[in-house]
Amino acid sequence: MSLKTFSRGGVHPPEHKLSSGAAIEVLDLPEVVIIPVSQHLGAPAKVLVNRGDQVKVGQLIAQSVGFVSTNIHSSVSGKVLKVDKFPDSSGYRRMAVQIQVEGDQWEEFIDRSDDLVRNTVLTGEDIRKKILEAGIVGLGGATFPSHVKLMVPKGKKAEFLVVNGVECEPYLTADEALMTSKSEEVISGIQVLMKGLGVEKAILGIENNKPGAIEKMKKAAEGSHIVVQGLKVKYPQGGEKQLVQALLKREVPSGGLPIDVGVVVFNVGTAMAAYEAVMRNKPLVERVVTVTGKSLAKPSNFKVRIGTPVSYLVEKAGGLSDQVAKVINGGPMMGKALSSLDVPVVKGSSGILLIDTEEAKRKEVLPCIRCSKCLTVCPMGLEPYLLMTLAEKGLYERMENEKVMDCIECGSCSYTCPSSRPLLDYIRLGKAEVGKIMRARKAV
Amino acid sequence: MSQIILFTIITLVAIGATAAIILYFVAQKFKVFEDPRIDQVEEALPAANCGGCGFPGCHNFAETLVKTESWDDLFCPVGGNETMAKVASVLGREAIEQAPRVAVVRCNGGPEFRPRTNVYNGTPNCAVIHSLYTGEGGCPHGCLGEGDCVAACNFDAIHMDAVTELPVVIDDKCTACGACVEACPRDIIELRKKNKKDRKIFVSCINEEKGGVAKKHCSVACIGCAKCFKVCPHEAITMENNLAFIDSDKCKLCRKCVVVCPTNAILELNFPPRKPAKEEAVEAEIK
Repeated sequence: MSLKTFSRGGVHPPEHKLSSGAAIEVLDLPEVVIIPVSQHLGAPAKVLVNRGDQVKVGQLIAQSVGFVSTNIHSSVSGKVLKVDKFPDSSGYRRMAVQIQVEGDQWEEFIDRSDDLVRNTVLTGEDIRKKILEAGIVGLGGATFPSHVKLMVPKGKKAEFLVVNGVECEPYLTADEALMTSKSEEVISGIQVLMKGLGVEKAILGIENNKPGAIEKMKKAAEGSHIVVQGLKVKYPQGGEKQLVQALLKREVPSGGLPIDVGVVVFNVGTAMAAYEAVMRNKPLVERVVTVTGKSLAKPSNFKVRIGTPVSYLVEKAGGLSDQVAKVINGGPMMGKALSSLDVPVVKGSSGILLIDTEEAKRKEVLPCIRCSKCLTVCPMGLEPYLLMTLAEKGLYERMENEKVMDCIECGSCSYTCPSSRPLLDYIRLGKAEVGKIMRARKAV
Repeated sequence: MSQIILFTIITLVAIGATAAIILYFVAQKFKVFEDPRIDQVEEALPAANCGGCGFPGCHNFAETLVKTESWDDLFCPVGGNETMAKVASVLGREAIEQAPRVAVVRCNGGPEFRPRTNVYNGTPNCAVIHSLYTGEGGCPHGCLGEGDCVAACNFDAIHMDAVTELPVVIDDKCTACGACVEACPRDIIELRKKNKKDRKIFVSCINEEKGGVAKKHCSVACIGCAKCFKVCPHEAITMENNLAFIDSDKCKLCRKCVVVCPTNAILELNFPPRKPAKEEAVEAEIK
């Protein structure tokens, strides 16, 4: 029997999972951390601390404003050096709190023991409240506030919880490391999310290139209502719409969300964070980050505090060598190159990838030969070559009609193009413009 | 044989005649009246169809000129006052005069002043780079140097300088249509009043960061010290968000601000060289 996967489009880039099998290593604390107040989709949180304040690990330092927003907690203990604008991964300066690390003092309410907790007496309502307070966001990379996803809108019903353990990006292994070493906790976290959502059934999808993780998760899920499903390796299976289609054969309508077909999707990292938030009262202050690359002495999976500088992580994994041409925040398909290593790890950082000179080479951009490869690989059934041309010409209304807003920016089109055309660059540009037009229309 | 030919001719004539009668009545029924003056006005316009007036093309602009009462917001920047006077004479109205304008690039951060901290080898398009990151120089407001403005210009009036990697406007060719202003994702280009002999004084920086931060990226950045604001005798300079702005309508080109700027962010262009004695006098006056 052939393995399940999504039906439309997709590519299979070389996997290069160099850090696969590397255990999660807890990194020593850095000297200084920078914690941005906008690490999530939605409104930036409001800063609560001032320069010179003493903070503890887990202390609320910036408060959520509005529904689609979330809390930010201090990831270290120490003194607030500055509340100012600091460069984020794009180089643009955004509001952040800089903290000098002094010791490692945690807030008393956080349970730091290692015992596994499988059952909770809390109600769904309590769980949602705890997740909101702990500042949990989608750790797969989109950083959408989790409490919003747990509130099912009126008139819609959640039937399934789909958990994303796909990790389809080449090189990245953070989720795999989490699933192999903390399988029981992840399962408990999934159960917490199921209760918070009020669903009976959950499916955990894992790509078949992680047999160790599948085995461990299957074992941990025994006797629960959680099905662990192996999937054929294909990018971008980790896209929530693709994953829902692969596991349940349900197609999310254009412009819709998985909840429209009765599904809510969470990443395994988010499940782990939910476990810690609900069972241990621990806010989201650390996460697993893969630091990898062919030139690195020691590709690793690090558990680091939010706000740790990227340069510190790279150093701990073996340091920069002369062959490194680029450092990418995220995976090779969707990640973005960093212009400086002095930027902090944020809630959405899943990996730091060092690219060699050889790998970083760009091929010459040639004219489109109408081979239609981009159409074949687009998982959303769009026409990337057409969208690029429309974006270049500024025909945004037509782009909207061609459903550019359905693009998930997976980059399969740019990856496959034999003429190396920068399809996604222009589509992203057009998408931003169309978004502006649509918002302006809504405002009227 | 001749019968067939005759029959064909008669049939065709009959069809033709019937169609002509139908078309005549249809044409009468759906007749669109267009003011003949619209065509006359359009003839007076430069036919550049550049969109500088805010309308899709010269015809739409002509239509609006004929139909609207108030001409306050209507101006053809390409043709200027001359064209507007011609249009006014066609319509027997009075033209509104506007001071001619010219595009000015408000960034002076060439590699000499703004060291490149990284290399970009992606899509050569300013808008794409702007959406990705701060650019090779690290300044979040500075010119990205890929020439979106050059591509937007219909009049060949802007080109990239090979040494400074910044766009240069050719004043004689610039029609102030505003296409480059629109195209620049960082809003670096501004339309300013055209002075005699193309003389210009402007703050060649739009960085709104704090002085120290701005200076770190670029040695000719405006650091918001407000020295120019204090020295200006004509109240032409305003300070906002750590940035000085010289209003080209109020500026009297006295050049006092240029001397006091500690980072040389204020540029004076097309002026004769200063006499040394006079310069000292200006400085003495400031002290």
